[in-house]
This record gives sequence, structure tokens and C-alpha cells, in this order.
Amino acid sequence: MRRAATYLGVLVVAAYCLAPLAWQLVTSVRTPAELTTLPPLLPTRITIEHYAAVFTGHPFPRMLLNSFVVAGGATAIALAFGAAAAFALTKMRARGFGAILALVLATSMFPPISIVSPLYLLINALGLRDTLAALILTYAGFTLPLAIWVLTSFLRELPDELYSAARVDGCTPRQALVRVILPLAAPGLVATGLLVFIFAWNEFLFALTFTATERSRTVPVGIALFPGLHEVPWGEIAAASLLVTVPVFVLVLRFQRRIVEGLTAGAVKG
Amino acid sequence: MAAIEFDGVSKRFGQVTVLEDLRLTIEEGEFFTFVGPSGCGKSTTLSLIAGLERPTSGRIRFDGEPVDHLAPRDRDVAMVFQSYALYPHMSVAENIGFPLKLRGAAPREIDDAVAEVARRLGIETLLARRPRELSGGQRQRVALGRALVRRPRVFLLDEPLSNLDARLRLEMRAELKRLHGEYGITTVYVTHDQEEAMALSDRVAVLNAGRVEQCGPPLELYHAPANTFVAGFVGSPPMNFLDARLVPDLELPRDVALDEVIVGVRPTDVRVTEASDDPRALDARVLLAEPTGDDVWVVGLLEGERIVGRALPSAVPVPGGIARFAFARERLHLFDRASGRRIA
Repeated sequence: MRRAATYLGVLVVAAYCLAPLAWQLVTSVRTPAELTTLPPLLPTRITIEHYAAVFTGHPFPRMLLNSFVVAGGATAIALAFGAAAAFALTKMRARGFGAILALVLATSMFPPISIVSPLYLLINALGLRDTLAALILTYAGFTLPLAIWVLTSFLRELPDELYSAARVDGCTPRQALVRVILPLAAPGLVATGLLVFIFAWNEFLFALTFTATERSRTVPVGIALFPGLHEVPWGEIAAASLLVTVPVFVLVLRFQRRIVEGLTAGAVKG
Repeated sequence: MAAIEFDGVSKRFGQVTVLEDLRLTIEEGEFFTFVGPSGCGKSTTLSLIAGLERPTSGRIRFDGEPVDHLAPRDRDVAMVFQSYALYPHMSVAENIGFPLKLRGAAPREIDDAVAEVARRLGIETLLARRPRELSGGQRQRVALGRALVRRPRVFLLDEPLSNLDARLRLEMRAELKRLHGEYGITTVYVTHDQEEAMALSDRVAVLNAGRVEQCGPPLELYHAPANTFVAGFVGSPPMNFLDARLVPDLELPRDVALDEVIVGVRPTDVRVTEASDDPRALDARVLLAEPTGDDVWVVGLLEGERIVGRALPSAVPVPGGIARFAFARERLHLFDRASGRRIA
């Protein structure tokens, strides 16, 4: 009985989360004539013309590449700086541990919309407008507090004696980080990296503001610019939206076990 | 190998003084032990030698050379930690070879050194395993191997036996003594277990609240404890302390009043019988008797103070009754009541 209730609950939540996705899927394979019928029931005929149009009518591969470079770059930077900061905070006993963490958290309190204008001026002044670098730096900066917090709580669980042992054995602090601490923090790195990657992959506001041409446009912005003067190509939008979720989907599946390990680390003693 | 000199070393963490004006020299090749209750500053002392902590004031010298500015990696010390601190993501061979790898040794050289040290420690067959697949005793040996592989100048051991069961602890204790004899490296050992300290060391320093209470060879600490703290800490069961006024026929040095004195006597020196013909024996009510095999330790209550003595298994006084506690006057230790210092 209780088990049935559990499954029912899971079912409700899953349906709630997946319904929009299902709608998108249905929309993306409908013929243009059936597109706007409501409710969005199953199509009578399946077509792949919208998928084809995504690749022929728009610079979709270029946008995908941009998105990969931006999300990958932001992830690499956030992880590198986040791990170094977390290491300094937890293992090198930086002074003002609590104050620094609070300050780090405080910086992430600003809603993006409130700082998009000053950031735009800054990016412009640096000559980075309409470059991938502008987005990489912005995303890395925005996700760094998250990276520092997650990795700090993760590294804090690693015994201090391991770091002491590494130093006595002959490591510089950097060698201790790279050879001893990071390999042990791999689940935390994977979990953090995925969160950063997904944020950067989906981000819209900054991407819309800082980019001007398809040279640097990422997928979310690109899709938003699909609508033409006279019509909104719902089918193509649906097809493209589904396509951009695939990489994230694959990443999460691939690292699922690691993410759970990472998010629950320290909850139970290994 | 190196002699280690502490020249007025103090260590404070914020307001807390962990080590106060430590002055002593550990000789080259010596097995030296810091012993004391938890929080006495003994582990901090090891961290200071290793360079994991810096002294707040004072200097540490290896062979006369100040080392305070050197990072741990430049001091050529090796350390075995209480938790062993093996690297979980490396095999046993990689763990042991890690210090050599960091020093840029050639792979062949590392393999040979690891094999050699593994042979000496009897862990040749474990080299491919991960630390989590090992028992406590095996992990201990791997930690020792990692420390010994590069033949350091100084070998530091922080409570290395405390995570082992009693039987294994005795075995590893003998092993440590053997390794020290074999390698001859200056060894600094930290423990809260006075028995370990006595069994292993050339010299022992008893630490209490950041200060050295006494430093000397184990037997000197045992036979001539400098104060009541050392007297009570060294030896098992711990020494009895009695009000001097309870002990008849006490010979005191001149100028010392009876009420200024505490008398110490070790339980091994107290003979407990139900009827003794020693007229100076003390009568005490028996609280309990603990057989240990050859001996039975008898705990008695004398004028509100505990006194422990030894009885023969064949003549154990009954708890609740009165027994006679007798001891020879030349086995007594006298301490000043106010300062705790040894008088005679």
C-alpha cells in the first residue's frame, strides 16, 4: 500500500516535470497544418521536416559549437578557481574562513537583471562584446560562488592528515592539491562541473545582451531569434529545444552515479 | 639522521598556549618519546618538527642548523600518522613510492626501493592492493614503508599504535623497535600510553599542559619521578599518594614538616595480606580485588584515600573486610604537598 503510494507520488512528479517535454516532442514531429491544434494530442502523421529545417534554415551547428565552447570554458575556469579557493579555505587554513564564505555567497545574491547593464558596459570597454570570451568570463564568475561552496563542503570532509602526509612526503601545496586532494574530490568536481555546465548551457539573459551576431550566439539565444517577421515556427523551435537538451541529458546519464556521490558526500561516513 | 634541538620553543593558537618554552635536545639516532595526557602538546611538538606548524617563538635546529624557515618537504623528515593517512586512490606500491616519485627518482629506482622496504616489512604480496582492502595492521606497515623508503633524517610517529587491537599493538611495538635498530634513524615518538613509551624509548619526556615535567631514560622516570604528575603518570597501576601523617615511622629530611609532605608508593611495592606481622602495616577496608594472573591488585580505602596493593592469588582479602597494607620504607617517594616536587 505504502509502496503504491510512493510510486503514485513519483508518477505525479514525473508527469509534472516531463509534460512540457512531451508537448515539445509532439510539436516537433507534427506537420505544419496540425501545429496549433489544441489540446496537443498525438499527431496523425509524423514528420522530421522541422528537424531538417533547424539545420538548413539556421546556423544551428555553429550555435551548438558556441554553446559547447562557452559552457566548457566556464566549467573549466569555475572548477579550477573553485577547487583552488576551496583548497585554500579548508586545507591551508586561510584566515577568516567564515567571512570569506559569507562574502562569496553575498556576491551571488545580485539578480542578473540588476547587473546586466554595468556588465555590458564593462564587456564593451574591454572590447569583448560579441565574443565567446565575454560569456565564458561572465558565466565562470556567476557560478564560482556555487563551485566554491560545493567544493569547500566536499574538501572539508577529506581528512587533514592526508594533506599533512602529502606535505611531509614532499609535495608543494599545489602538488598536494593536484596529486592527492583533487583525485579524492573527483565526485565533488563532477557534480559541481555539471551544475556549472548546465547553468552556462541554458543561460539566456547575458547571452542575449552580450552577443550580436551568430559568431558568438549560443543556442538559447539562437532559438529565441527563430521567429521571423510574419510567423513563429513552433515546430522548429520545439525541435531545436529538444536537440539542445540531448547533450545535457547524456552528460547527466553518464555521470549520474558520481553526482549522487557528490551531492551526498559526507552525509554518511565512507 | 639528525639531532633535533628545541631552543625555547613556544606555540600558541590564538589565546591558547599549547607548548611553553620547550628546551631539550634529541640526540642523533635516539628513540625519543613524548608522552602525556591528551591535549598536553605532544602532537603539536611533532608538527613543529615536521614543519606543519611554525613555532610562535623560539627555534628548532637539526644538527645545529635552524630549520624554521624550511617547508616540510625541505626538512627530509618522514611521519606516520595516527590514521595512517594512506592515499586511498593509490595502490600500496604507489603509496610507498610516492615520496621518491616527488623527488624525481627514476621508475626503476622507485621499484627497487619499494620492493626492498616491502620485503623488510613483510608486505611484498600486498603491493598491488588499495589501502581499503587492507587490515589495520597491514595499513600500519604500509604507512611505515612510505616513511622509511627514502631513509629520512628524522622519523616521526604520532600515536601509530592507537588504532590497533591489543595483541597487534604488542607485535608492532616489537617491530618498531627492530626497525629502529635496523635503520638507526633518529625517531620521535608520541603516545599517551606510558607503557609504550617505557618499552620503546631511549629517553622519554613527560609533557603536561605544554610543559616538560621530566625528561630522562624510562627507568629514571620510574625510579625517581621529579614530581607527583610524573609519578602518577608513569607506571601501572599508578602510584598511590598518601597523606604523610597516615604513615608511621616516616623519616623526613630536616626542615620538612610532616603536614607538608605527600608520600608516594607504587602498588607493586605494597604487599596486601589479611594478617601481617609488620607492625607498621596500615589497615584499610578492601573495596575490590582485580586478578591479573600472577598478581591480584587490591584496592583499599584508607581514611578516605584509595590505596592499591598486591596480594598473592592464594590469599586474596575479601572485599568489605579489613586488610593490612605493608610497604618498605626505602620504597617510598616523598613529594612537597604544595608544589608536587620530589623531596626524596
